[in-house]
Amino acid sequence: MSPLGQVVRAGISRRRIAAVVTCLSAMVATAAAVAATALMIVSSQPFEHAFASQQGADLTASFDGAKATPALISATAHASGVSSSAGPFAQITLDGQAQWQGAEFGLPVLNVVGRPDPGGPVDDVTVIAGHWVTGPGQIVLSTNQADGLSPGATVQFSDAPGDPTLTVVGIAQSVTNTADAWVTPTEATALQPTGSSPEYQMLYRFTQAGTDAQILAGQAVVTGMLPPGSLVGSTDYLAAQLQASGSTGPFVPFIVAFGVLGLATAMLIIINVVSGAVGSALHKIGVLKALGGTPAQVVRAYAMIALLPSAIGVVLGVVLGNVIASPMLHNAEIAYNTGSLNVTGWTDVAVPAAALAVVALCAVVPALRAGRMPANAALAVGRAPRPGRGRFARRFLAGLPIPQQVGLGLGTPLTRPARFLSIALALAFGAMTLTFAIGLVSSLNGVNTGIHQAQQLGDVNVLLNAPAGSVSSGGGQVHIKIGPSTSPVTPAGAAAVESAVTQQSGTAGYIGESQQQIGVLGKASSVQALLYQGAATSPYQIISGHWYTGPGQVLVPTRFLQSTGTSVGDSITLVNSAGTHVSVTIVGEVLLLQDSGMDVIADAPTFPGTEPTRLFVSLKPGTDEASYVQSLGNGLDPLGAAAFGNPQRGTNQTILAMDSLAFVLTLLVVGVAGLGVFNTVMLEVRDRTRELGIYKAVGMTPRQTVAMVMSAVVALGIVAGAVGVPAGMALHDYVIPIMGHAAGTNLPAADVQVFNLVEEILLVLAGAALAVLAASAPAGWAARLRTATALRTE
Amino acid sequence: MNVPRTAAAYAEEAVVVLDGVTRRFEAGNPALDSVSLQVLPGESVAVLGPSGSGKSTLLNLVAGLDRPTAGQVVVAGRRVDRLGEAQSARFRRAEIGLVFQFFHLLDELTVLENTALPARLAGMARGTAVERAQTLLDRLGVGRHARAYPTRLSGGERQRVAVARALVNRPALLLADEPTGALDTASGEDVKALLQELHQEEGQTIIMVTHDASLARSYASRLIRLVDGRIASDVPVLPAAPADPGAPSGAFR
Repeated sequence: MSPLGQVVRAGISRRRIAAVVTCLSAMVATAAAVAATALMIVSSQPFEHAFASQQGADLTASFDGAKATPALISATAHASGVSSSAGPFAQITLDGQAQWQGAEFGLPVLNVVGRPDPGGPVDDVTVIAGHWVTGPGQIVLSTNQADGLSPGATVQFSDAPGDPTLTVVGIAQSVTNTADAWVTPTEATALQPTGSSPEYQMLYRFTQAGTDAQILAGQAVVTGMLPPGSLVGSTDYLAAQLQASGSTGPFVPFIVAFGVLGLATAMLIIINVVSGAVGSALHKIGVLKALGGTPAQVVRAYAMIALLPSAIGVVLGVVLGNVIASPMLHNAEIAYNTGSLNVTGWTDVAVPAAALAVVALCAVVPALRAGRMPANAALAVGRAPRPGRGRFARRFLAGLPIPQQVGLGLGTPLTRPARFLSIALALAFGAMTLTFAIGLVSSLNGVNTGIHQAQQLGDVNVLLNAPAGSVSSGGGQVHIKIGPSTSPVTPAGAAAVESAVTQQSGTAGYIGESQQQIGVLGKASSVQALLYQGAATSPYQIISGHWYTGPGQVLVPTRFLQSTGTSVGDSITLVNSAGTHVSVTIVGEVLLLQDSGMDVIADAPTFPGTEPTRLFVSLKPGTDEASYVQSLGNGLDPLGAAAFGNPQRGTNQTILAMDSLAFVLTLLVVGVAGLGVFNTVMLEVRDRTRELGIYKAVGMTPRQTVAMVMSAVVALGIVAGAVGVPAGMALHDYVIPIMGHAAGTNLPAADVQVFNLVEEILLVLAGAALAVLAASAPAGWAARLRTATALRTE
Repeated sequence: MNVPRTAAAYAEEAVVVLDGVTRRFEAGNPALDSVSLQVLPGESVAVLGPSGSGKSTLLNLVAGLDRPTAGQVVVAGRRVDRLGEAQSARFRRAEIGLVFQFFHLLDELTVLENTALPARLAGMARGTAVERAQTLLDRLGVGRHARAYPTRLSGGERQRVAVARALVNRPALLLADEPTGALDTASGEDVKALLQELHQEEGQTIIMVTHDASLARSYASRLIRLVDGRIASDVPVLPAAPADPGAPSGAFR
C-alpha cells in the first residue's frame, strides 16, 4: 500500500466513530434529498405524469348495446385518428350499499365496468391496494369511491338480479376516471338489471387530442361508424385534468416547501460534516507535511479521508431514500389520485451525483487550504480553535452572573463560527419545518372540520322524506338508502315530524335544513340553496362577514363570489323553482367546497313556505343515542321519516395522507438536523479533548463538563428556534392561503392563524430540546473522558 | 532537626500516603510497582527518574487523575483511588494544585480567567475569584499580564500563571510535573525559585516530578528516585548553606 493509502486507511480506521458519523450523516442527508426530490418531481404536473404512465384515455365513450353490437363497437378501434383503444367492456350503472367493519355506507350510483385485467393499451389501471378481480363475487373499487373502504368490505347491489353482495378485493385508480368500480366481464353481464339494454364502454387515444375540438373530431369519426344514437355518453381527459388540477393543487406548495427545506438541511449537514472532518485533521496535515508530504499528497490524503465514508454514505443514502420515499409517494398517490408513483431513475443518479459533488467540494476546499499552509503553521494551529475569536462576546458571557461552565459553554460557538453557524442554520430549518408541519396539520384539521361540520351538526339526523327502505338506526351506523326522495315534504308532514322530535324525551333542540336548486338573477342559472331553520349561530366557518340575522341575508362560499363577481355587502336576486324573486344581501363568506362552491346559505323564511327536509337534533346530556334513535324512529316510521346517528366517516383520506406526509418529512428534516448537531458536538469534543482534560484537571466535575458542552448547543438551539419558528410560521401563513386558493377557497382566519404564544414558546424550546437530545451522547463522552489520557492528547 | 518517626506517625500526619500502589497499563511491565511512601505537610519532595520510570504515573495517581491497579492512595486523609469522577474533581479543586510541563493553560481565556477558573468552578463568586486570582498573579510577578491571552506570554511567565492557577483554591498539596521541562534555563531557574519560596515561605507541600537531579537537589527537601516503577531511593536533602540574608527574594520580586 502506498504511503498515501496508508495515511487514508489509518485516518479512517483510527477515527472509526467520526467515519461512521460522517457516513451516517451523508446517508441520511442523501436519503432526505432523494425523497424530497422525488416528491417535488411528482408534485410537478402529477396528472400529466399519471396520464402518460397509465396511457390514460383521451375519450371514454359509452355505447347503447341495443343499437351497436360489440363487434361494431370493436371495429371503431380502426377509425381514422384512433392511435390505440381498449374495449368494448360491458358497463352497468348500479345503486350500491357498502358494508365495512360493521358500518354501512350508502354509495352514490356506481358506474361498474367489466374488465378481465387492469392493464391494456389504454387506461392501464393501477391497483393501489389488494388485487384485481379474479372471479365472480369480487369487485375492485376506484379510489374515487373507496373513501374509508378497504379490501374486505362488501358492496350490495339491490338493483341487480338476485340482490348480489360482492367482496371488495382491491382498490384501483384510473387517471381518467373511466369507472367507479370494476368486475369480471362475466360478472358485469350477470349484474345487468333485468329488462335493461346492455351498455359498452370503449376507451380511445387519438393521434390529435390536445384540445376539446380535436377530441370531438375524433369522437365524430368513431360515432360515424356506428348506427345513429349509439353513443349514450362520453367524457374526455381534459375534464379529468381540470378536476385533478383543482384537487391536487393544494398539495403542491406544501410538498415543495417541505422538499426545499429537506434539501437545504441535507446540504448544510453535508457541508458541516465533511468540512469538519477535514478541518479537524489540520494538525495531522502539518505533521504529514513536516515529514515531507507534498501539498498535493496532503490534499489527496485528507480529502479522501472525508470522501470515502461520505461516498459510502451517499450510496447507502440512495437506497434508504428509495425505501423511505416509497410510503411517502404512496401518500402522494392518494393525495394526487394518481397511479403508482416511483422515484425516477434520474433522481437516483442526479441526487447522489450532486451530493458527491458537494462532498468533494467541501472536502477539497479545506484540504487545499491545509495543503497551502506551511507545515509549522498547520502544526501550530492544531485542532484547537484559534484563540481570541469572539473575544469580546465571550468576555461579556463570562461576566454574566451564571456558573462558569455555562459561561464557557455559551462562548464555544463563537470560537468556531462557521461550524456552529451551519448547525444553527440546520437547527433553524428543523425548527422551521416542525413549526410549518404543526401549523399545517392544525390548519388542515381546522379546514377539514370546517368543511364537514355543517354535515355533522347535532347528534341525530332526521330525514323527513326518507326513501323507501330506510331504517332508523343508532350507534353511528347509517342505513339510509341514497336516492331521490319519494315525495316533497308538506307543511303538515314537517309539523308532525317536528312535533315528534320535540316531544321525544332527550331532545335538547334541533336545526332544520332544506336544500333546493335556485338561480341567481343575471349571475348563475343553478346554485344550491341551503336553507336553515333555527340556526342561531353558523354551522359553517365564516371567512368574512357574519352569520345572517334574519331573512333576506345570505352567506356564500368563496367560489360563488369569484364566479359571480360579487363580494360581501352586495345585493343579489335569487329565483326559486316556483319563479319567486327574492332580493338578498350577501352578509358573509363561508368555507364550503361542496357543489363546486356554488351555494347560497340563508334563513329558511327567505323563501316563504320552505319546509325542512332534514333535522339536526341535539340530545340532552346523558341521553343514549341508540335507544333515542330507536324510540324516535318508531314514531317517525308512520310519517315517512327516519332517524339515524350522526354519520362519522372519519377524516378524509387526503387529509390523512397530507398529515402523514408532513409527519414523515418533518421527522426526516429534524433527524438530519439532529445528526448534524451530534456530529458537530462530537467533533468539538474530539478537537477539544486536551482542553477538556485541563478543565477536568483543575476540578471541573463530569456534570459541569456536560453543562458546558450542552450550554453551547442549548443556546444555539434557542437562537435557531427563535429564528426558525417565526420563519416556519411565516412559511405556513404564506403557503396555507395558497393551498386554499388552489382548492378554490379563501380560508377563515381561525384556520390560518393557528399558533398561540404558548405553542410558539414550546416550539422555540423544541429547537433546544432537539439540540440537547442530539448532543447528549457526545456530552456524555466528554464527561467520561479520562483526564490523564485527555491531557496527553495532541 | 529531623526526629526519626514511626510509620504510623507518618500515616497519621501525612498529606500523601501511597501503600503498595501498582499501576499496570495494557501491556508490558507495570508503570508503578508496589510503591509505598508518605509525604508530610510542608515537605517539598522531588521525584526523580529516567523517562518511563513512572514519575508522571505517580503524580497522576496522587492527583486522582488515574487509578491504581492495586494499592491505596490517600491524600489529605481521603482515599482518592476510591473517589468517583465527580468526587475526584471536587477533591482535586479543593486540595490539590496541578502544574504541568506544558502549562496547559486555556488559550481562549485570559491570564486572569485562567487563574480564576478553579475557584469559579468551585462555586466562588466571580468578584472574589477574580480578586484572589489577581492578588496571586501580582505576587507571582505576572499581574500586569492579567488581561492578556497566554499565547502572548513567555514560557516562564506562562508557568507562573499556571502556578497561580494551581494555588487559587489554596490547596493542601501542589503537584508539579516537570514544571521546568519546557522552559529555557533562565525561566526554569525562575520557576524553581518560585516553588522553593512557596515551600519555604508559605510552607506549601509540594511534590515535583523532574529528571534533573542537580536542580532537584538544590530546591527540594527530599528526593525520591524511581527506577522501573519502583522506589530506588528516598533520601532527605541536607539544608544548603544559608543565603545572603540581604539578597532579595527571587520569586516574589
